[in-house]
Amino acid sequence: MIWIPALPLISFLLLGLFNRYFRKEPVAGYVGVASLGTAWVLALYTAWKYFFEVGLQNGQYVPFTPFKWEWIHFTDKLSIDMGILLDPISVMMLVVVTTISFMVHIYSIGYMHGDEGFARFYAYLSLFSFSMLSLVLASNIFQIYIFWELVGVSSFLLIGYYFVKPSAIAAAKKAFIVTRFADFFFLVGILMIGYFVGTFDIETLNSEGTIAWIAQHPGPVFMGLSVVTWALILIFVGGAGKSAMFPLHIWLPDAMEGPTPVSALIHAATMVVAGVYLVARMFPLFYHVDNGFALRIVAAVGTFSALFAAIIALTQEDIKRVLAYSTMSQIGYMMMALGVSGYEGVEGLGYMAGMFHLFTHAMFKALLFLIAGVVIHAVHSNLMKDMGGLHKYMPIASWTFLIAALAISGIPPMAGFYSKDEILHAAFEYSFIIWLTGFLVAGLTAFYMFRLYFRIFHNGTREYHHRPKEDSRAMTGPLIFLAVLTLTVGWVFTPFSEYVTPTRVPFHYHIHWGSPLVLGSMAIALTGILAAYFFYYKPTEYPQKVARAFGITYKWAKDKFYMDELYLFVTKRIIFDKISKPAAWFDRNVVDGMMDALGNTTVWISNRIKGLQSGRLQEYGIYFVYGVVVLIMVFYFLNF
Amino acid sequence: MIEGVSIQVILTFTTVLFFIGLYGFLTRTHLIGILISLELMLNSEAINFVAVNKYLHPEFLQGAVFSLFILALAAAETALALAIILQVYRRTGSVDVKEVKELKY
Repeated sequence: MIWIPALPLISFLLLGLFNRYFRKEPVAGYVGVASLGTAWVLALYTAWKYFFEVGLQNGQYVPFTPFKWEWIHFTDKLSIDMGILLDPISVMMLVVVTTISFMVHIYSIGYMHGDEGFARFYAYLSLFSFSMLSLVLASNIFQIYIFWELVGVSSFLLIGYYFVKPSAIAAAKKAFIVTRFADFFFLVGILMIGYFVGTFDIETLNSEGTIAWIAQHPGPVFMGLSVVTWALILIFVGGAGKSAMFPLHIWLPDAMEGPTPVSALIHAATMVVAGVYLVARMFPLFYHVDNGFALRIVAAVGTFSALFAAIIALTQEDIKRVLAYSTMSQIGYMMMALGVSGYEGVEGLGYMAGMFHLFTHAMFKALLFLIAGVVIHAVHSNLMKDMGGLHKYMPIASWTFLIAALAISGIPPMAGFYSKDEILHAAFEYSFIIWLTGFLVAGLTAFYMFRLYFRIFHNGTREYHHRPKEDSRAMTGPLIFLAVLTLTVGWVFTPFSEYVTPTRVPFHYHIHWGSPLVLGSMAIALTGILAAYFFYYKPTEYPQKVARAFGITYKWAKDKFYMDELYLFVTKRIIFDKISKPAAWFDRNVVDGMMDALGNTTVWISNRIKGLQSGRLQEYGIYFVYGVVVLIMVFYFLNF
Repeated sequence: MIEGVSIQVILTFTTVLFFIGLYGFLTRTHLIGILISLELMLNSEAINFVAVNKYLHPEFLQGAVFSLFILALAAAETALALAIILQVYRRTGSVDVKEVKELKY
């Protein structure tokens, strides 16, 4: 069991420390692929055993802790352990992370071909896989934090992979600093929980005993919310930073500076869902404490982020940026789903739907990014204006993109339909506004996705300097595999509620095919697709006319609502100028000034008295005599 | 013990001699002159020792013996000082105390 994260760790150490022996290119790739492949097989085996053989006992999925090691011991109940916790969501995440990571490793053999730092790339990928897998398997919330930070480091290293490009370095720093800032709140939340509840262990925290205890001992209350609620909100802020929720989303579009396989692995399928995973992990606490107040915040932030990102995605020209905002929007969906969820039985639909959406989203979003990588490789540009009419040159990319776009728009029988529909159903039971937002965002999603599809692959025909082609099998293989998964995972696993639920008791759920909700969401998705078709299948004037009609709001959306400018303003003008500069001035002039003054005074004194040592013999004689006289006076007047 | 001469006279005499020697030590410019003044100081103190011994504690010998010590010490010290003065003369060609001021700050 412990081999699953350990294998990538070994591969990272191997590739990282012995980098120069891996000069001959594909060897590093094979090492990475081998270790991830084995990890993938092990994960599938674990999942099979857990879900179908040993997990289900007395109608409930039992958590297993095959490994636990106490690292730092604070009190009897409070300690930081390193352990492995297997329960439905962690096993599901194992499968997701290893599958996507394995596909990305294979893909990168083709994508990173010819690059100088090939071995370095695989080393970082292995580091990331190790950290993410350990995060997912963590049994102790502090362990989650440790690997959370490690994942952030891997992301930093991978975004800044092309470290000779200043924009890449800036993007890496931005990502790390924003997530680190959020992690500060996460840490405070963890410490608060540890202090007031008395334990870091996840199983203990989520148990009914602890929840009952919290209800009876509310602890200090601040602004009407108990301290545990505040801790959960802070923990959510940490998760929001990592998952690029508003307003901590600014790093995700810039993170597209990294190589496309990195975007596929980290910023689409795995790391950015760490925040969702965190909320899901602590879900019993989120739901029960203070009547689920923290959960309402989760829902609000998620819903808003989904809408915000979808609007921006409509206007972007860089295909990776569109996909980045799409990711942010879909993660908003997941958070929204968790936020509106109930607990027992069918009410846990939101939770189940959110996790299912995570599962399916990983597949099709990674697929979309990998296709984007293939396209970018062929056309040597990220912008849609340099593309068009690629359908006849790159059929595999085109068909797989179509499948993924249909999935994300929520068209049956793709995976995305099931998950998105279940989310909307859960939202409808909770609040009309949230459902309405989700419904609109579904339409927007369909529109911008198909805008992307038509503008890249259709939009008339176009002449290219050198014929774009899909060259390596290493790149197209994973595309096909992921496309197949996207097609099948939907209806194979569709009673996902059989597997993943808040109480770990499976329940049964059917999509009611005739209900107005289902028909409505299909309708709006189709509307989006048709609108995109009319706008973009052939080059037309409609997009420009609509953009002009929206006027200033179009410009605002295109400039990402000036969030980056706002952040720059706050940091440069307020924090740097008003706080840091005076502090630096104080340090340099006052603190250092005092030390300098001390030294200078000593020098001045010594300059004045050095004349006493003149080197003249008779002067020394006189000093001698003076001293004797003084001594005699002293002894005489003190009557010794 | 000398008849008719009290100890104050002899002690005054040695004190005056000492301060004459001290004055000479601090004022003379010739290195040998400084040496002579030094000798004067030492010898005046030797007389002091003997006088105190004979007048105040005649039954002891230590005072007179110590004055022999002083003489021996003075001799050794003079040998050393003359050696240094010779080196100074070889280096700078004069025996003036103004030449000996290199060990300053």
